[in-house]
Amino acid sequence: MAELARLIAVLAAKDLRVEVRSRTALVSATVFAALVLVVFNFARDPASVAPETLAPSVLWVTFTFAAMLTFNRGFALERENAALDGLLLSPLPRGALFFGKYLANLGFVATVQAVTLPLFVLFFNVGLGGALPGLVLVTALATAGFVAVGTVFSAIVVRTRFADLMLPVLLLPFLVPPIIGAVQVTTRLLAGRPLSEQVTWLRFLGVYDIAFITLCALVFPALFDE
Amino acid sequence: MPASTPTAGPHPVESGPGVPPLLARGVERRFGALRVLRGVDLTLAPGRLQLVLGPNGAGKTTLLRVLAGLTRATAGEVLVFGESPRGPAVRRRLGVLSHQSHLYDDLTPVENLAFAAKLYGLSEPDARSRDALRTVGLEQGADTPVRRLSRGTVQRAAIARALLHRPEVLLLDEPLTGLDPLSVGRIVGLLSAQLAAGTAVLLVTHSIAEVWSLADRVSVLGNGRWVIDEPRQGAWEDFTARLRASLDG
Repeated sequence: MAELARLIAVLAAKDLRVEVRSRTALVSATVFAALVLVVFNFARDPASVAPETLAPSVLWVTFTFAAMLTFNRGFALERENAALDGLLLSPLPRGALFFGKYLANLGFVATVQAVTLPLFVLFFNVGLGGALPGLVLVTALATAGFVAVGTVFSAIVVRTRFADLMLPVLLLPFLVPPIIGAVQVTTRLLAGRPLSEQVTWLRFLGVYDIAFITLCALVFPALFDE
Repeated sequence: MPASTPTAGPHPVESGPGVPPLLARGVERRFGALRVLRGVDLTLAPGRLQLVLGPNGAGKTTLLRVLAGLTRATAGEVLVFGESPRGPAVRRRLGVLSHQSHLYDDLTPVENLAFAAKLYGLSEPDARSRDALRTVGLEQGADTPVRRLSRGTVQRAAIARALLHRPEVLLLDEPLTGLDPLSVGRIVGLLSAQLAAGTAVLLVTHSIAEVWSLADRVSVLGNGRWVIDEPRQGAWEDFTARLRASLDG
């Protein structure tokens, strides 16, 4: 178990190092998120749509599409020089490969979210106040599950000709449940409702996480059986 | 670089007497209707080098991928020290150089090799990486990102990566591609040292002249099966003439 954890950390650290060096995924995803917020901010009519009505949906659409950019990068870097073959030839268990990639993707998505949230507050003039801890919790719960699904689908599409196009098409249907849950909780939190009233949705997100992280970990090793 | 005592930890897979480092029996591989390999057999003993030649599209790279466990054989079997090449214990004993370098462009050769060393559980990954790079003559450029290195330098780094964990079986696909004459001499010397240390080497190449003297066996793949498979004998020029006649015929 300790050896597995070590390998997961080694792989995730490598991905983070490559990203720090190239700044491909983080910069593009963060700029994309900022642009989406700008577009939504100026595209709505403030006289007919209140910011708090639109804000939760905009926040989660931004999080979701920005995350997809980082998922694409995760396995695209393994495609250059067939680095993935190097991983498959090593004693690295496929389970460690999944969790290493998952951990790195979680890190990337969390970083993008951490940058996006203040921009969201700024553009939509939303007072987070006491909602921040609850918002962090629901973001963590929703993100944990959809990053697992994103990690698996990015591994599936990486060897296809149109990986960038295929990923959203395959991935979005699986992201609908956690996004619905996250938007519901976020809407209520921004309306000043306490987190204790959102237990059903939080449980739903927790179940999604457990189910899909487990399923993804089981499916992932078979993806590389050429 | 000694090849017989890797430091990656205990090896559950034993190589008892009579168990060849690499054995393939009746290996076939199909991609849909296309039969790329049609019943390939080979046995490689410790300290022996088998040269695999053949025209483009003959199935050499597919054979290497099947032997390395990257691609499954449609029929037949591949055994490395008596075990499937897909097991983690066997992977520690297998070194593979393919057409691609397996290196990350944004990392330096040292960082790439240190990452690989950690995957193999080697101690002192940075020092091991620099040692391995030194053996291929890559002191300069060891700390430059791979994307800024020349083709030949990347090739040497890739060779160092394949040898890093001191494998007992080496599968090499065109190791001399892109190398200057000095580097070719160095890599041939390195191969010779590997053989002396007991490493079994399967070498796919078009550079027959440079490695002819190291080979124990020469096999030519044509249309997915051996068209020549024999112990090395005579001069490479004679063999090349015979090979041309065989392929033309």
